[in-house]
Amino acid sequence: MMTDITDLTLADLRDALKAKNVSSLEATDAYLDNIDTAKDLNAFVTVTADKARAMAKASDAKLARNEGGPIEGVPLGVKDLFCTEGVQTTAGSRMLEGFVPPYESSVTANLWRDGAVMLGKLNMDEFAMGSSNETSYFGPVINPWRAKGGNAKLTPGGSSGGSSASVAAHLCAAATATDTGGSIRQPASLTATVGVKPTYGRCSRWGIVAFASSLDQAGPIARDARDAAIMLRSMAGHDPKDSTSVNRPVPDYEKAIGASVKGLKIGVPKEYRLDGMPAEIEKLWAQGIAWMREAGCEIVDISLPLTKYALPVYYIVAPAEASSNLARYDGVRYGHRAREFPDIHSMYANSRAEGFGKEVQRRIMIGTYVLSAGYYDAYYLRAQKVRKRIFDEFNNAFKKVDLILTPSSPSAAFALGEKSADPVQMYLNDVFTVTANLAGLPGASVPAGLDAKGLPLGLQLIARPFDEETMFKGMFALEQAANFKARPERWWG
Amino acid sequence: MSVDRETVRKVARLARLAVPEERLEPLTAELNGILKWIEQLNEVDVTGVDPMTSTVDMKLPMREDVLQSGPTGGGQPDNVVKNAPKTEDHFFVVPKVVE
Repeated sequence: MMTDITDLTLADLRDALKAKNVSSLEATDAYLDNIDTAKDLNAFVTVTADKARAMAKASDAKLARNEGGPIEGVPLGVKDLFCTEGVQTTAGSRMLEGFVPPYESSVTANLWRDGAVMLGKLNMDEFAMGSSNETSYFGPVINPWRAKGGNAKLTPGGSSGGSSASVAAHLCAAATATDTGGSIRQPASLTATVGVKPTYGRCSRWGIVAFASSLDQAGPIARDARDAAIMLRSMAGHDPKDSTSVNRPVPDYEKAIGASVKGLKIGVPKEYRLDGMPAEIEKLWAQGIAWMREAGCEIVDISLPLTKYALPVYYIVAPAEASSNLARYDGVRYGHRAREFPDIHSMYANSRAEGFGKEVQRRIMIGTYVLSAGYYDAYYLRAQKVRKRIFDEFNNAFKKVDLILTPSSPSAAFALGEKSADPVQMYLNDVFTVTANLAGLPGASVPAGLDAKGLPLGLQLIARPFDEETMFKGMFALEQAANFKARPERWWG
Repeated sequence: MSVDRETVRKVARLARLAVPEERLEPLTAELNGILKWIEQLNEVDVTGVDPMTSTVDMKLPMREDVLQSGPTGGGQPDNVVKNAPKTEDHFFVVPKVVE
């Protein structure tokens, strides 16, 4: 009846499963085949084929009785930052190699409750610290997209590079991801996938390996806006085990798909026009503005003058929180322990030096320094005050507009090794995304076009807190106007 | 503000990270590169601004002070020590701390 099950969107697969036109086991086997022949992409750290087939069979039994959850039988990939009961969870780090959680993260538990099938655990930058996937202990993920006529290996973005690459290459119907400074939206932009970072507090952080707790949020990477809406509905929800999880009902986000955007006010912040930004990105942004205007939106010029300070704030706040969160890795209760040490102090220090990669150590050092006696006020306290001003600036902007439209990332996919020598150059990848994390706002990236080299570029929408529905409306409108159909040409396997 | 080699050594000790001698110099340069970039924040006027504590306007929820059930509950010593590098009878084993 169909050529390839794995080319169905999540929504179409869900409907085909419910109609019994296809079984979950067929879909799961088809995805496992794709994974098997895509080892070149290095997208998975762990493939859970047996578990996937067992879950698929259980789903098929439910579907046969016309039972099952909203995404019953749909095969998904899980970023290796989500703890999965009985399945190794590494956070992309040597520190957690072999760590098998005896519990399940709340977000993944929600997905299994709703019927999803787990294909395996997706590669990522170590402890979600990176924008190119090059900090993973398990080697970088390779972007399925290549420049026209070139064969250089490109980054799928980071830190959720395994999620973005596997969704782009159809190795799963959709994937979970997390975003602390742009780790969902930047990889989505670089792979022509849709990435949604919801409002802080919308998804439970319980069971997700912590990086920077005041910024971390889980969200989906999917093939289109509708699929992302279906995923978020299942992932989100109140959880008493996370005290920052917000207790308010989860709307059926899919209902927002296709709803009219007529009359919505779209803010365009002039400070997102950067010096040295590729002309193609500026052009695409202008195109996006025109698309929203044609769809009946009102375009409003806005100003967010503190934008340029967002990344420096982030590189104080996030390392500070990371240095506290990662203090737990002491080689005692779980994680890597060094073999050689003369005393307990060296046991801690050697275990951590061996277990953590260079970028993670760098950020722990920055965080420890900015929190240390004598520097706390100058760095950390000042950063939290600037963060408050950025938060206020967005609140004021949202008195005038319903959504903010910006580019998602300052460049298309770049070659592995191209930016890894200079940490600050790498950090600049998140220049358009990090503001939403600092202010706790929902943000999403939607594929909008290709650059001259044939590489995808995304546009970002930012919405008011807990107004993901308006964001999905806007995302779908952008998607309809962009009519983006390009797929990476298969070179792997 | 910039850090010198000795400050980096001290911070590494505070962070419990063994940094080999030959890494101190390059690490100092890397950290100074990042710190120099961060210092743009000194341009921002923050007089009278309260530091941000939470992006969500809500009270921290309270719960009954009782033993929870499920994965955060008690009575599962096997699970607690399951991933530890070295254990004995549900205890974590570490090198001798007190002589």
